[in-house]
Amino acid sequence: MEERLSAVLSPYEGRKDALIPMLQKVQEELGYLPEEAMMAIAKFTGTPESHVYGVATFYAQFYFSRRGRNQTKICTGTACHVKGAARVKDAFERELGLACGMTSEDYEHSLETVACVGSCALAPVVVVNDHVHGQVETGKIDKILEQSIKD
Amino acid sequence: MQKVNSPADVAKMRDYCQAAFARRKLRFLVCAGTGCIAGGSLEVYEEFKRVISERGIDINVDLLFEGQESEAGTVTSGCHGFCQMGPLVRVEPMGTFYTKVKAKDVEEIVTATMDENTVVERLLYEKDDGSHATTELDVPFYNRQQRIVLGGCGTIDAEDIREYFAVDGFKALATILQDLSPEQVIEIVKDSGLRGRGGGGFPAGRKWEAGRNAKATPKYVVCNGDEGDPGAFMDRSVLEANPQSVIEGMTIAAYAIGAEFGVVYVRAEYPLAVVRLLKAIEQAKEYGVLGDNIMGTGFNFDIEVFQGAGAFVCGESTALTLSIEGKRGMPRVAPRPRTTEVGLYDKPTLLNNVKSFAYVPDIIREGAEWFKGIGTESSSGTAVFALTGNIVNAGLIEVPMGIKLREIIYDIGGGIPKGGTFKAVQTGGPSGGCLPESLLDTPIDYDSLDEAGSIMGSGGMVVMDERTCMVDVARYFLNFTEEESCGQCVPCRLGTKQLLEILNDICAGKGKKQDIDLLIELSHSIHGGSVCGLGQTAANPVLTTLRYFKDEYEAHINDKCCPARVCKDLISFRINEDKCKGCTLCARACPVSAISGEKKEVHVIDQGLCIQCGVCMEKCPNKFSAVDCVSPKIPVPAKEKTEVPA
Ligand SMILES: Cc1cc2nc3c(=O)[nH]c(=O)nc-3n(C[C@H](O)[C@H](O)[C@H](O)COP(=O)(O)O)c2cc1C
Ligand code: FES
Repeated sequence: MEERLSAVLSPYEGRKDALIPMLQKVQEELGYLPEEAMMAIAKFTGTPESHVYGVATFYAQFYFSRRGRNQTKICTGTACHVKGAARVKDAFERELGLACGMTSEDYEHSLETVACVGSCALAPVVVVNDHVHGQVETGKIDKILEQSIKD
Repeated sequence: MQKVNSPADVAKMRDYCQAAFARRKLRFLVCAGTGCIAGGSLEVYEEFKRVISERGIDINVDLLFEGQESEAGTVTSGCHGFCQMGPLVRVEPMGTFYTKVKAKDVEEIVTATMDENTVVERLLYEKDDGSHATTELDVPFYNRQQRIVLGGCGTIDAEDIREYFAVDGFKALATILQDLSPEQVIEIVKDSGLRGRGGGGFPAGRKWEAGRNAKATPKYVVCNGDEGDPGAFMDRSVLEANPQSVIEGMTIAAYAIGAEFGVVYVRAEYPLAVVRLLKAIEQAKEYGVLGDNIMGTGFNFDIEVFQGAGAFVCGESTALTLSIEGKRGMPRVAPRPRTTEVGLYDKPTLLNNVKSFAYVPDIIREGAEWFKGIGTESSSGTAVFALTGNIVNAGLIEVPMGIKLREIIYDIGGGIPKGGTFKAVQTGGPSGGCLPESLLDTPIDYDSLDEAGSIMGSGGMVVMDERTCMVDVARYFLNFTEEESCGQCVPCRLGTKQLLEILNDICAGKGKKQDIDLLIELSHSIHGGSVCGLGQTAANPVLTTLRYFKDEYEAHINDKCCPARVCKDLISFRINEDKCKGCTLCARACPVSAISGEKKEVHVIDQGLCIQCGVCMEKCPNKFSAVDCVSPKIPVPAKEKTEVPA
């Protein structure tokens, strides 16, 4: 881990202000921000750990625990909400047996909501592993998962 | 020609690029906006590449620049706007406009175009009268629009700067570098009447002037591409479809205020916009129109891209600059100096929305008078909207200011689908409001919308039909603002929470008579007491729904009835005995096995087990339509109450 971290961080030498890009790059590399990485970033930037945590927890993009191999994001933006996103969300929670914001015990699935993915004309929208599905019907979510889940 | 070495070179570059592209007889332009990609347009593009190459045609654009002629080529472009009918393909130069194109249609399109000189009729847009539109000009969705910022979207390949040069790209920058002083540039922007397109509508020229007058150095130019409104994709589309126009606009601004460094702040969810921007910046530098010694004039300006990390409040200017500095995005507390005085790294900073910058090259090229001639007295130019919700033609539109909401919704948007009826239109996202039928003749401009209780916002426009519950919509937005409040000031942090709780109660059938007054009182306190725009406007969705749809609140509170049949705690599903044919589809689909009944017999829903998911209603074949949703709730008889097995 240490090596991977220093490889990611080294381009930011001396750039304390680049904390957010650093966090983004580390998360890209590791999938989330484990405690070890947070400590390393604090040390690297010479700022207190509390500051690094303070910034990271402010933003929705950062995760502090390991996430599933498959990631399902349900859009709950306004356009999708008006087109029934709440029902779509319930349906996915039932299908995967997970509440939004959770990861399954076997780390196969993570489920979360997002506020608009920018495909509003196709609402309601669900993104499974970066695959955008539009005009989602609650009766057909098994097919959506089938199509986009990694084997 | 590899580089622009002087302002005069821009015209030469344009001719050079135009001449090269003219060597290609046909171009199949595939929309690669977000909507079309989701519909499979990238597969369509791959298929065009394959089919054209199969004919022995090399589609490499560089060959055109080496002087070779070509029979045909294919490129992807940004969003054409008509997302509802995507994937979209346009064949140029004829302009033939195809809708809902699938990869399997490509062969037919190419054959019709290249061999038979005909069109594929079944893929053309069908108008209301049953006739076909062959070009976009003939489609009602487009012919009421006036596209300026979106002009280049859907016509050029965002990843090839030469296409931008060919449509007079960087001509405005060349003009100002050669002929105009910074003060003259500011004068033009002022005269044009351009107001900021990020929502507030602050006159851009005045902001630029303040940036120019600021004494400290260095100065910065920041482009706000945070696009926080959840349900809108205008800025994203511009950044993805025509990033060079934003770069040119920012560079002109930098010259005007005297800045050498700029940042584009892009929302976390828009990775493609980041990729396109980075590529555009790299190409602009390569061609000498960005970076050091721009067009050989000695003027330097460089742009960096900053990817946001997911916080709505970072769309606010002071929070945004703090976020770039690697801090928490908490708006600075008033009284505070203007961002044009103390902004990024505490230096003078000119911050404008993506669209505000993207208008600038057109304004410089065509003149302030031209821009002022479009729109209304107080709001000049055009407005860009992401038209979504319960509307036939969802998509991205650009219309002259002053157009009526009704024209947008019915003439361009095609009205409400499937015989539904219009209930409300929401503009301005979480800071805006919902306007009813009676206000559909309100003209679109900053002041009229303000007066009606909503705001122009940055371009989200969500249409709602009678199946949308207005209390639920208010709750939806409060849920959003409560979560996104940065938490530093009490009125916003706790006020939004209280509003949300009251709204939750009302939706759950636990509303009390005095709640309406309490909502209004709280809304005014939050408005008056909050530090930044987020809190100050957070109650707008509540206030406008109360103003125009009070009866719905009263139905929830007094009758425990959700007239739109949305609020789960107030509705029940019921199978109509006269209509049910016993097809068993609903019973098999019910996730909680609440439906019983034999094949060919009437089915019954156990109200004690039902979780109101609505799957039965969705599954019931249209020809039967046997499932009804009713409100208030059907009481659960005592004996039907489910016993939990031990
Ligand atoms: C909570 C909040 C969120 C905002 N979000 C955005 C946004 O997503 N995009 C934007 O351009 N402006 C947003 N603004 C407005 C900006 O503060 C700023 O006024 C604007 O970007 C200035 O650019 P303009 O003058 O070109 O409109 C937001 C303001 C507030 C208070
Ligand atoms: S609201 Fe769902 S994609 Fe925009």
